Amino acid sequence: MAIHQISVFVQNKPGKLVGIIEELANKGINIRASSIADTAEFGIFRLITNDFDKTREILSENNVTNVTRVIAAKMEDKPGALYRVVDALSEAGINIEYMYAFTASETFGAYVVFRVDDVDAAQKLLDEKGIATLNDEDILDM
Amino acid sequence: MGNYYQPEIETASREEILAIQNEKIVKQVKHVYENVKYYRDLMDEKGVKPEDIKGVDDIKKLPFLTKADLREAYPYGLLATDLKNCVRIQSTSGTTGKRVVAFYTQGDIDLWEECCARAIVAAGGTNEDVCQVCYGYGLFTGGPGLNGGSHKVGCLTLPMSSGNTERQIQFMMDLKSTILCCTPSYAAYIGETLAEHGYKPEDNSLKAGLFGAEPWTEEMRRNIEKTLGIKAYDIYGLTETSGPGVSFECCEQSGMHINEDHFYAEIIDPETGEVLPEGSKGELVFTSLDKEAFPLLRYRTRDICVLSRKKCSCGRTHVKMSKPMGRSDDMMIIRGVNVFPSQIETVLLNEGYTPNYQIVVDRVNNSDTLDIYVELSPEQFSDIVSVNQSKEKQLEGAMRTMLGIGPRIHLVPPKTIVRSEGKAVRVIDNRKLHD
Repeated sequence: MAIHQISVFVQNKPGKLVGIIEELANKGINIRASSIADTAEFGIFRLITNDFDKTREILSENNVTNVTRVIAAKMEDKPGALYRVVDALSEAGINIEYMYAFTASETFGAYVVFRVDDVDAAQKLLDEKGIATLNDEDILDM
Repeated sequence: MGNYYQPEIETASREEILAIQNEKIVKQVKHVYENVKYYRDLMDEKGVKPEDIKGVDDIKKLPFLTKADLREAYPYGLLATDLKNCVRIQSTSGTTGKRVVAFYTQGDIDLWEECCARAIVAAGGTNEDVCQVCYGYGLFTGGPGLNGGSHKVGCLTLPMSSGNTERQIQFMMDLKSTILCCTPSYAAYIGETLAEHGYKPEDNSLKAGLFGAEPWTEEMRRNIEKTLGIKAYDIYGLTETSGPGVSFECCEQSGMHINEDHFYAEIIDPETGEVLPEGSKGELVFTSLDKEAFPLLRYRTRDICVLSRKKCSCGRTHVKMSKPMGRSDDMMIIRGVNVFPSQIETVLLNEGYTPNYQIVVDRVNNSDTLDIYVELSPEQFSDIVSVNQSKEKQLEGAMRTMLGIGPRIHLVPPKTIVRSEGKAVRVIDNRKLHD
């Protein structure tokens, strides 16, 4: 389970990021979620798309990419929703490297993507807690 | 007329110098042939016997030694005496990580320090001077060489070593240093820092400086002379032949007198190895005439320069070499440290990176900068920022260990390093080192 995220190494220079996004747009890739981590010299553009295999193929041609599995957990629309998930991971000793939120559509709801050090343990844990998560099939056509 | 440390030899006639050289080379070749198997094999291979060398004119029959030989023979292969006769090593970086280790007997140390003493006296040094040595002390020859020379002259020696500029300035002002020994870029930096502190050139007691271990221009000399209010003299040497003091400038400041009673100089065509006629520009080759422990014969320095026997107004009769005008290999001198691109490549491969890299050297505020751009491979790339940054740090650390100086590492995507005609441009040196 869990979903595949593609990360791209982006030089911190004008035009570098837009080039990558333009290429995905031209090839009909639908970006479901994204985040950017930046340092003084480079950025890491992380993507969840409707077709990770094709996305990787397109981006790997001219970029350094990396594929990791992440957990996309559904957030209930009420206070404490995020706390419930993070607390569960913390209690289980699972370390969160980074996280970011996205909303696919009004009906689909809001999700938080977790990059953790043990994705299988995290998936199992959230399943046990009854917290809904996405898999690759879910994001093909939201 | 100038000042001499050893006037008889420094102003000896051409005939006297030749006689000394001829006598020494015959003994030296015999010494090396008998004690250094590595060189004996090279001579045998070339069909040259010690008896064939009757004087310096025959030196051209001898085989060359290069940095590659030093690597091959590391550590003891070129040692010409028992270790029990040796009292010191000095060391410099080699081409692919293996360092060059040079051995010294007490006699070798004395010879080397005398050469440095000649340089200090030529710059006006006497036993009344306060000589501030801010070359690095340790394996690097700069500090120990000038320190020893300063002792021989009888100067009050301040063994400062490099760095800690505030302390350098404090000692310089409080103890009234009169002679400064360091790299030219550090001299310029000290000058700037003094100015920042509000000192005028006439506020310090300095009168002269001996600056070497890296290339510098006439423009830089004028700049240093102005900001410090001194005369700036060039000094040349290399660990393989002893260290600084192989040659040095006199009051004429136009080329460096080679201590010909110890070092025989030739200029060769770097392509063919042919000895070139006097006055030609080519690669400088040194034969050590009387060193005992590590006597290199026909060592190729890779420095390109010109020798001149024009009569010098200082009264010295020893041949003068120009400032090196370039290199016949790819060695760079960065902050006084020898750096080869191959060393950088070795580290990259050891650390699991691609050999696609570019080295950019520049001089900012009189200090050399070294930036290494490395193409990232997918295996080295993580989606976690801190993982990438710690990889950069690790690579920087590995480079520092190998090179002796710390570069700035920049990870870049593949195929971003400019290639010309398919071949990557490995080194971009933006410093203007030669006039």
